[in-house]
This record gives sequence, C-alpha cells and structure tokens, in this order.
Amino acid sequence: MVSIVRLLSQRVALGLLSLLAVSVIIFMAVELLPGDLAQAMLGQAATADTVAAFRAQLGLDQPPVQRFIGWMAGVLQGDFGTSLANQREIGELVSARLGNTLRLAGLAALISVPVALVLGMLAALYRNSWFDRMLNTTALSTVSFPEFFVAYILILFLSVKLDWLPSIANITPEDSFLTVLERSLLPVLTLSLVVIAQMMRMTRAALINLLASPYIEMARLKGVKKSRIIYYHALPNALAPIVTVVALNLAYLVVGVVVVEVVFVYPGLGQLLVDSVAKRDIPVVQACSLIFAVTYIALNTLADVLAIATNPRLMHPRG
Amino acid sequence: MTITQNNDKTDLLLEIRDLRIAGHSEDAWQDIVKGIDLTLHRGEILGLIGESGAGKSTLGLAAMGYCKDGCKITGGQVRFDGEDLVGASEETLRRLRGVRIAYVAQSAAASFNPAHRLIDQHIEAALHHGVSDRATARAGAIELYRSLNMPDPEHIGERYPHQVSGGQLQRAMTAMAMACQPDLIIFDEPTTALDVTTQIEVLASIRAVVEKFGTAALYISHDLAVVAQMADRIMVLRHGKLVEEAETRQMLAAPQESYTQSLWAVRLFQTAPKPRPDAEVPLVELRNVTAGYGAKQVLEDVSFSVYKGQTVAVIGESGSGKSTTARVISGLLAPGSGEVRYNGEVLPGDYRKRDKDMLRKVQMIYQIPDTAINPRQTIGEIIGRPMKFYHGLGGSAVRTKVKELLQLVELDPDRFIDRRPAELSGGQKQRICIARALAAEPDFIICDEVTSALDQLVAEGILKLLNRVQEQFGVSYLFITHDVATVRAIADQVVVMQAGQVVDSGCRATIFTPPHQDYTDLLLSSEPEMDPDWLDKLLERRAVVAGA
Repeated sequence: MVSIVRLLSQRVALGLLSLLAVSVIIFMAVELLPGDLAQAMLGQAATADTVAAFRAQLGLDQPPVQRFIGWMAGVLQGDFGTSLANQREIGELVSARLGNTLRLAGLAALISVPVALVLGMLAALYRNSWFDRMLNTTALSTVSFPEFFVAYILILFLSVKLDWLPSIANITPEDSFLTVLERSLLPVLTLSLVVIAQMMRMTRAALINLLASPYIEMARLKGVKKSRIIYYHALPNALAPIVTVVALNLAYLVVGVVVVEVVFVYPGLGQLLVDSVAKRDIPVVQACSLIFAVTYIALNTLADVLAIATNPRLMHPRG
Repeated sequence: MTITQNNDKTDLLLEIRDLRIAGHSEDAWQDIVKGIDLTLHRGEILGLIGESGAGKSTLGLAAMGYCKDGCKITGGQVRFDGEDLVGASEETLRRLRGVRIAYVAQSAAASFNPAHRLIDQHIEAALHHGVSDRATARAGAIELYRSLNMPDPEHIGERYPHQVSGGQLQRAMTAMAMACQPDLIIFDEPTTALDVTTQIEVLASIRAVVEKFGTAALYISHDLAVVAQMADRIMVLRHGKLVEEAETRQMLAAPQESYTQSLWAVRLFQTAPKPRPDAEVPLVELRNVTAGYGAKQVLEDVSFSVYKGQTVAVIGESGSGKSTTARVISGLLAPGSGEVRYNGEVLPGDYRKRDKDMLRKVQMIYQIPDTAINPRQTIGEIIGRPMKFYHGLGGSAVRTKVKELLQLVELDPDRFIDRRPAELSGGQKQRICIARALAAEPDFIICDEVTSALDQLVAEGILKLLNRVQEQFGVSYLFITHDVATVRAIADQVVVMQAGQVVDSGCRATIFTPPHQDYTDLLLSSEPEMDPDWLDKLLERRAVVAGA
C-alpha cells in the first residue's frame, strides 16, 4: 500500500503544481495585454495625475512579482479582490454564478454519464449491428454540430414549435427548485447531447478493444452470457480510459458552458466571464479563469486517482 | 497408466467427422482444418501434436463448437454425446460450455481476468449455469486447489491472478476447468509457457485430477515427450490434416510416417564440441558482476568467460538472471559492481559510453522476431541499416551486401529483399534478425532464447544456421535458453544459473555426465523424455529421495 499512497500523492502534487503554473499564466496574460489598465479604464480624456492616482489605488504601481504574490495570498484566503465594474466583492459575485454553473453541469452530468456508459456498453454488445451503426451516426452528428447550433435547433423544436420548454433560462435565487429545473432543461439537454457522444464512443472502443483478450475468450468458453461478459469481464478492465474521458467531459461541462449560457441567457459563470471581458473587468476575468482552471485540474487529477484505484495490480500488490 | 480400450458405442463421448474449418486472412478464406475425423471415449485422453499452423488449437476449440473470430466451420460434424455442435444455437453451446466441456488455455496469465479474484472466476460457471450454490462451489474450489497441490488451498483463491506464480496460475486454471466436473476438457498447450521444473508439477497435478474424476481430455501440444506422458492415444497433425494416429506406446516405438519420424530426429542434432582454447585472453569476461533494477538485486557475483569462436550456453529458469546478464554485457544495464571485460579491457557499464566500433562488435538476437524488427521497413532496409550505421556504406553497395547476407541465411535474395516482415513466417523473420546481426560484422552475438518461439523443426534449422555462421566467421555466441535440448545440441561451455547466481559451469560433456550438481540434476531430469513412463518413474524417484 506504500507504493499506491506514493503514487496518489504524486498525482495530487502534480495537480497543485499545474495549478500554480496556470495561475502564473493567467496573471501574466493579463499583464501582457496591450496598454495600461488604468488608462483603459479611465479613457483617453483622463489626466496623467488621475491615471497615476488610479494606478496606485489598484496597486498597479508595484512590481509584478509582488502583485502576483499579493493576489495569490488573497485568493488562498478566499479574497479575489473587488470588481472594477461595480466595486462589489468578487467572491460574492462569483459564488452565486458558480453555484448556477455547477448546478447546470451537475444536472447534465447526471443525465449524460449514465446514458453514455449504458449506450457504450450496448453498442459494444451489439457491435456492427444496425443499432450500433445508428448510435454511432447519431453520436457523430451531435458532436459535429457546434453547440450553439444544437441549442438553437432544440429551441426551435422544443420551445417554438412544440412549446414544451422555455427558451430562456433566466433563473433567479427566488425560483423554486422545480421552476429552476424546468428552465434549465434545455441548456442541460444541449450540453448532454454534446458530451454523450464522446463518452459513449470511448466506452464502446475501450470495451471492444478488450474483447479480443484471452480472458474474454475464456469467459465465452465458460458459457458466460454476452451481457455479463461486457459488464463483468470487460468493463472493470476498461475503466481507466473511460474514467479519463468522463473527467475530461465533466470538466468541459463546467469550463465549456460559456456558449450555452450565453445562448440561453443563463446566469452562470460563463456569462459572467463574457460580460466581464466586455467591461474590461480584469480581476473578475482572472477569478473566473482561475476557477475554471481549478475545476479542470481537479477533475483530471481525480480521473488519474480513479484510474489508479481501479487497477487491481496497484490495489492488491504482490507479496 | 492403464490404457482403456473401450469401443463400446455408449462410451463414445466426442465424434468429429470430416471437419473443415476456414480462416479469413489476406482477404481470402483459407482452409485451416481440412477434413479431420476424431473419436474420443469417456475417460480417454487423446494427444494432438503438430507444429504451429497444424490446426490443432482450432480443432480443440471446434470440439466445444467454438471458432475464433475470423474462422468458420465450413463442413462436417462435431457430435458431443450424440448432439451435433455444428450449427447448434448459441444458447445450446453456452449451456454445454463450462459445465460439460471445459477449456484450459496456454497462457493462464492472460486467460484469467486481472480484475477478479481467482475463486470468483473459478465458481463463475457453476453459479452462472445454476449447477451449485455459492457455498458449495467455493468448498469445491478449495477441494480442487488441495487436489492440485496448490499452496494454502484455503486462501489462495482470494488472490488476484497477478499475485500468484505462473505454475500456480496454470493449476488454478485446471482447477477452474474441473469446477463443474465436465465430461471433457480441452488442454491447449497448458505447460508450454512454464519452466521445465514447474512443468513437471503441473503435469503431475493435471494427470492426477483427470484420473480421479475420469475426465476425458484432448491434450494439445507441440512437445511429443509431454504428450507421451499424458495421452492414451496420439494423433499427429500437419497443415490441417491427420498424418498418423496410434496408441501412445506404439507411436513412440514405431512411428510410421516420415514427418513423424522427423519430429523424433530433431532431438538428435548436435554440433561437435570445440575445446576451450588455453592461454588466451577471453573475448568477453564477466568478473563478479552484481546488477539489479532499483532496489531489486537480480545478479549476484556472476563470473564467466566466453572465448573466441565458442558457444557458451546460459541455462536457467525464468527469473534466474539470464536475460539480465545479457543486458549487462550489451551495456543496456550498468552493473552495480564488478566488471565486463572485452579482450581484456574493461568496458564502460553504460552502452552510451562505449564507442561505435565497440557497439558494433556485440550484437543481439531476440526471442520474438516479430517485435525485434520494424514492421514498416522492408527486409533490405532492416538488414542494410547496420551497414550504413557502422560501416558507412551506401547505395548499391548496401544492396549487394544485403543480398549476400540473405543468401547466407538461406533466403532467396531477390524474393525477399523488398518485402516487409508481415509476409514472412516466424522462422524466416528470425533469419532476418540473424542477417541483421551479421551485417554489423560482430565478434560476439548474444542469442536470447532465439529458438523458444519456434517449432522444433524450424528451431533446428536456425541452430544449424548459427553453427554454420560460427564455423565460417569464427563469431562467439552467448546462447541464453531454458531448454536443455538446445544446450545439449550446441553448447561448448555451459553456465547454469539459479536466482541470479552461477551455480554450475563447465564444458558440455562435464555438465551432461553424472554426477551432477544438485540443481543441474533437477534441471536435467525435468526435461521430458520420449518414454511414456518417464513421468511416473521420475515422480517415484523423487518421492523416494524426499522420503529418505
């Protein structure tokens, strides 16, 4: 067990290191933006004195390294600074939006992961049948279209023509859970359609890849039913690649929602990011980017850890 | 072993009539099994022997109504207990498999699912087919583990496949096949992947349980001596057809067909031993070498010498450090202490610190030619590469020399030079590897189990070729093998290794003439002989020794 603890701590340490690297890059990227932030904020008409005063207020007169350390120290204590646009606490501003985004991603994951796994297993079981081909074609089509297109198609049919679901997902904190659910259903559906395909195809490929193994042949020669071969003999050995793809897609659900949130006017983190970019609200952009980076790295680290945890050779070492 | 001669109709268990199986390869269906008849009675063990491509495994699987992907039964019948399995529904076959007919595969390590415990895989068929409940099945498993002499039978089933040794895994697989007390078991080369000393234990265990339950069996092997220990009757197959069939003793005493006789004759090939040159600096010398991977020590104080023009065979079981020795000499693994000398000079431990000419002098030939040559390159490119790299040859000079080498390894130059490895047989690929090693014009060639993956007749051809090359060019060989017969055929000097140490060494005559050192004796006596009573006698003798 010593080796597995070491492996896991290595993964986590690597994740933290990547996070540090990403935070430096986020900070640098803003630093490299052309022009002066204070100048840009105040406009061409501002006098040099006003700009200098504003720079001091923002702390821009300090050297970059010091500002980075100050920023990181704040972030580690949960203080992301204040928004330049409306002087509100960024932490407060972001947390409500993050909650909305996570709810959207969570609902999409709740639908898409089980559906993708089951469809992947069925496709592997009935591989090369008409069912498998139809599933593959449909899956390929849904990933091939850009998500805003999928979103508009769904809006056209489900809300405009059939009038089943609202086309705008402008939820507020006062709405009841059911209202929230009804209003988020279209964005959830859009996101699910986009991510199911890849997870399903990976599940199918990982399983089929294993079906030529001698131990699968052995199971067939023991008279084991086909369905059981898929879920009992193949699936446990295919988990590592599947978990990796699932984690990538879950990360995408959080990070890649920008377009979908904008299409459905959903008050999530993606919307906030887009709005802040438009308003040149740099601290908010930095905070959003950092949150996206944390999500991405955390989910991928989790996938690594799960891939290790599902490997019997590592879980049950010799001796 | 008593031979049950029973031709009673009711005793007939398996009857195969004019079976034809085709396999899909290179966009065409080719016949693998070409009209074979076979009968098997209850409790009888039938040996199927032949080289690879003879169709014996395909035939064995067909006895279960099973064809590998890309194969199909194109004609004939497989009647198991009166029921024709050809064209039977998937459901009918599924109910027979694991319950009435079971299968033991060649590689237990690959055939056990790495994700589940041994005992869970053992009882799966019984539970799945509703033969018994979990508690009964588990008790049965433990009972079988005990019958098969597995260590700690109460708990070994709780282990995962990677947690037990190869020999134990092979016995666990035999136990699994026995789980539902089937009428018939197909043993497909069950001991081929094992060391000789382990093979004996597994053979003895298999025979004991098969006798205990009166199970009928098809025993498939390329090793006649092994089949002779197990089978009541032997069928020799070649190219999907029957060559000859007879009772074991009769077959061994008087093989009729020339092909069968050639299988016997393989064991007679021997080179003339060359005496060790005195008062000369050895070409390669290992002095007190220790080496390992990380904290794991693999070699301990290994010393031996190889003289010019000599063949030194290193023999030992898997894990004895044979291949690690080769890696140390070639510089792939730097020794922890001790030194490797070449013509009296100490070599740097790491190959990156050796100069190009030094690298040229030591070449390697590997066990699996398929993975040792680049499938995307033509034969001409593969063999030409060392000429360009070491000798700076180019253009037509390379092509001329490649052709010479192909001639040397007995492959038609014009036919092979522009082909790719995929179009070649295993033996031909190994010849390409030999030609590539020779292209560097080396003084010393390390042959790492170069004949282990080949059929006996093909292997003999390779050994003869290597011998001729040695006579012609005076190269020295370090011949790594686990096969006693190969050592007897070609070694001038023998080094016996066990657990990373040299336990015995000497010239061929000394090693093979009694009295032997203990471990050498164990190794030599474990090599199966062409005597159907060999295993019984050996087990008896060892029991006596153990009792004394």
